[in-house]
Amino acid sequence: MSGATTTLPAMIAKRIGASFVTLLLVSAVVFAITQLLPGDAAEAALGQGATPETVAALRLELGLDRPAAVRYVEWVSGLAIGNAGTSMASGLPVAQLIAERLPKSLLLASCTAALATPFALAVGILAAVRRGSRLDRGLNVMTVTMIAVPEFLVATLAVLLFAVQLRWFSSLSALPTDFSLLAYARALAMPILALGFVVVAQMARMTRAAVIEQLEQPYVEMALLKGVSRTRIVLRHALPNAAGPIANAVALSLSYTFGGAIIVETIFNYPGVASLMVDAVTNRDMPVLQACAMIFCASYLLLVLLADVVALSSNPRLRHR
Amino acid sequence: MRDGITRRELLQGLASAGVATSAGLSLVGCDGRPAAAYVPYDDGSGRVPKRGGRIRAASLVSSTADTLDPAKGGVSTDYVRHYMLYSGLTRFDSNLEAQPWLAEALESDDRVRWRIRLHRGVTFHDGRPLTAADVVYSLARHRKPETASKAKPIAAQFASIRATGPLEVALDLAGANADLPALLAISQFLIVPDGTTDFSRGIGCGPFRLKEFLPGVRTVVVRNENYWREGRPYLDEVELIGIPDEMSRVNALLSGDVHIVNAVNPRSTRRIRESPGHALQPTPSGLYTNLIMRRDMPVSSNPDFVMAMKYLVDRPTVQRALFRGYAKIANDHPIPPDHKYFLKDLPQRQYDPERARWHLKRAGLVGARLPMYASPAAEASVDIAAMLQHAAGEAGVSLAVNRVPSDGYWSNHWMKHPLSFGNTNPRPSADLLFTMFFASEAPLNESGWKNEQFDQLLVAARGEADEAKRKQLYGDMQEIVHSHCGIAIPCFIDFIDGFDRRLKGYGRLPLGGFMGYQFAEQVWWDA
Repeated sequence: MSGATTTLPAMIAKRIGASFVTLLLVSAVVFAITQLLPGDAAEAALGQGATPETVAALRLELGLDRPAAVRYVEWVSGLAIGNAGTSMASGLPVAQLIAERLPKSLLLASCTAALATPFALAVGILAAVRRGSRLDRGLNVMTVTMIAVPEFLVATLAVLLFAVQLRWFSSLSALPTDFSLLAYARALAMPILALGFVVVAQMARMTRAAVIEQLEQPYVEMALLKGVSRTRIVLRHALPNAAGPIANAVALSLSYTFGGAIIVETIFNYPGVASLMVDAVTNRDMPVLQACAMIFCASYLLLVLLADVVALSSNPRLRHR
Repeated sequence: MRDGITRRELLQGLASAGVATSAGLSLVGCDGRPAAAYVPYDDGSGRVPKRGGRIRAASLVSSTADTLDPAKGGVSTDYVRHYMLYSGLTRFDSNLEAQPWLAEALESDDRVRWRIRLHRGVTFHDGRPLTAADVVYSLARHRKPETASKAKPIAAQFASIRATGPLEVALDLAGANADLPALLAISQFLIVPDGTTDFSRGIGCGPFRLKEFLPGVRTVVVRNENYWREGRPYLDEVELIGIPDEMSRVNALLSGDVHIVNAVNPRSTRRIRESPGHALQPTPSGLYTNLIMRRDMPVSSNPDFVMAMKYLVDRPTVQRALFRGYAKIANDHPIPPDHKYFLKDLPQRQYDPERARWHLKRAGLVGARLPMYASPAAEASVDIAAMLQHAAGEAGVSLAVNRVPSDGYWSNHWMKHPLSFGNTNPRPSADLLFTMFFASEAPLNESGWKNEQFDQLLVAARGEADEAKRKQLYGDMQEIVHSHCGIAIPCFIDFIDGFDRRLKGYGRLPLGGFMGYQFAEQVWWDA
C-alpha cells in the first residue's frame, strides 16, 4: 500500500478476501492435526466395549472408511454451499448444534466485553496519567495479580462464596428458558466476573502502555509548554494516537472471551461453543470440531479487522503509509 | 425367598415395588415367591409419598454424544435418561435379582427356549399399545452391526426371536443361559416401538415423557399420566444435566441448584455430610480398578511375576487412603463380597513383600525394569500405580509409571502393554462379567489368559438351573481367577451419590449410582 491512498471500504474488502484464504488454510491445518489424534469417532463412540467388528461397522456407517482427503474435500465443498455436515456423535446437523450454542457464547462474550472494556480503559488511562503515583502502583499490583491468578481459582472461589455460602447467585449458569432480565443477570453474573477478571487486567495494562508511549512523545511536551490542560492532552491528543494499539489489545482480549471461555464454561456448566468443541475433540466428532474451529478463527479475524478499522479511522496518517 | 420381611421393609419398598405388579406371576428362579402387597415408602416420619415436584439431577458426563437410543447408551447420563423414558422386560431389585416388568412371565424348561408373556394394556407415549412385535424389534436390532449397540456381544446369543401371539414372544438362545432375565434388565434392552429408527421423540412406555432434549445441555421429562404402573411416578418433572467437573457438581448440590448428583469424590463427602440439608448415599458395588498383567508379553507373562505383583498390592491402604473407606477389599477376582455367589472360604490375599521377593527371585526378575501405564480414565489407577511402584522398588523390580491422559486411553493403552490398568463397571450377572472379561476367547479378556477349566465351568454354570450347584461352580471360577489370572484387584469401589434431604425414597441398587440409574421412578419430593 506504499504511497497510494487506500480507502477504508477497499481495505475492508481486501481483508475479507484474505480472511477466506486464512480460513481455508486453518481448516486444512485443523483437519490434518485431527487426523493425528489417536482413534476416531467410531472408537470413541464404542469406548471400552469396542471390538474390531463393531468399530468397522460403525466406521462404514459414519463414512470414516473413506480416505481423509476425500472427506476433507467433501466437507469444504459442503461448507461452501452452507452445509456444515452432520455430527458423528449425535447424528444431528452441525448447524443445529451450533445454533443452540453460538447465541449463548455471543451473549456471554458481549456482556463481558460491554462491562470489561470501559472499565479496563478507565483503569489503563488513569494509571497512565498518574504514572509513578501510588494509585498507578496500586493499579499495577492489582492488574498483575488478576493476570497471575488462574481463572479456575477465581471462578471456584466465587462459587463457594456467592453460590454455596451466600446463595446470591446460581452456581450453574444454564440460562433459564423464559427470558427475564433479573434471572439472566443472576445466571451470568459469576461467569462474567470470572471471565472479565483476566481480560480487564490485560486490556488495562496494554492501554496504560500505549497511552504512556504517546505521553512521552515530543508533541505532548509541546502541548504542555503551550499550557494545554492535562485532561485535554490525554483525551484529545494522546488517546486518538494510542487508539490503534488499544483497539488491537481489546480485540485480542475479546477474542479470548469467546474461544478461551472453556474453563468458565466448564466450572459454571455454561453450554457455549468452547465446551462444544472440547466435546467434539473427546468424541472425535470432526464435523463439529471443524465448524467450531472455523467460528473461532472467523471471530478472531473479524475482531482484528474491526481493530484495524478503528485504528485507521482514528488516525488518518496510517492510511497513507 | 432369601430374605425375611425385615430385610424387605428395610429395602424401602424398592424390591416389593418390583413384585407388586407381578402379583401371582412368576419368573424362573422365583417360583413360589409370595406376592407381596404394594408397600409405600416409609422413612419412619409417618409421611407417605405424594405427587408433584420438579427436581434437577446432575450427572458427570454430558456431551453431544448424548443419545435417546437405548442401544447406544454408554454412560450414566444415558442410562438415567433411558430408564425414565423406556421400560424393559425385566428390572433389577435392590439385590440385583431380575423381577418381571413389561414381561409378566419369562419361562423356560431348558434355559435355551424362553417364552415371554407381556403385560396387558401397556401403551407407548404416542398411544400405540405394546405388542409382541415391539419386543421382537427391540431385541433383534442389537444383532445388526449398523445399530452400533453396546449390547451387541450379549445379543449375539439370541438365536431366534419371534412373536407367537399378540402378547407372546419366543426367544431361543444359542446355548443355555439361566441369567437371561437379568440380561434383559439392562438399559440397552429397554423396549422401543416396532420399526423405530428415529429416536428423537424418545417414545417408550416408561414413567416419563420427553419434553426437551438438547445433547450436551439438558434433558427434561414430564410425568407420563398413562404410565402402566398405578400411582407412579411421583415427580412432575425431572431435568437431567451433566456437570463434568466434580467440584462444580458438589457445589451445585450444596447451593441448591441441583437435587441429586452422582460420582462424588470421597474427598468431598465431608462437605456433603456437614451440610444440614443434604445426605450421602454410598452404594457398594462390583465396580473395580484392576492391574492387568498381559500373558502374551515379556516379563508380565511369567506366573511368578504375576504372583509377586498380587502380593505387592496393599489393599487396606488403597481402601483407606485412596477411597477413604468408600470401598471393599477385593481378593483378585471380580465377584464383590455382598454378591450371592461370593466365595467366602477363599483366603484373603495379603500385602506380603517377603513372598513377593521370593517369587521375583524364583523368576530371576530381581533388578528387572518394566513400564506401567496408568490413566485418570481408570479411576484411582494413577495413585495405585504410584503405590505399586514404591512397593515393587523395595522388592527389587523397578516400574516406570507412565501417566497417560483419559482421552484415547481405552483404544491406545488399555491391554496394549505388559502392565496397564482397567476399570470395570458392575454387570448384572456373574456370568456376563466372566464371559465378557475372563473367557479365553473374549475380546475384552484383559490379561489374555487362557484357561480351559475356567471356560468349561463358565458354560456349565450358565446353563445350570440349581442355585446351590451354580454357587459352587462360580466359587470354583473365583478360585481359578484368584490363583492364575493376570489380574490384580485391590478394591471394589462404592458409587457415591449426594442428594437433597427433601427428596424422599432415595436408596441404592448395586448396578451403579442414581439408584442403579432408576431413581426417577422411585423418589418423591417433600417440600
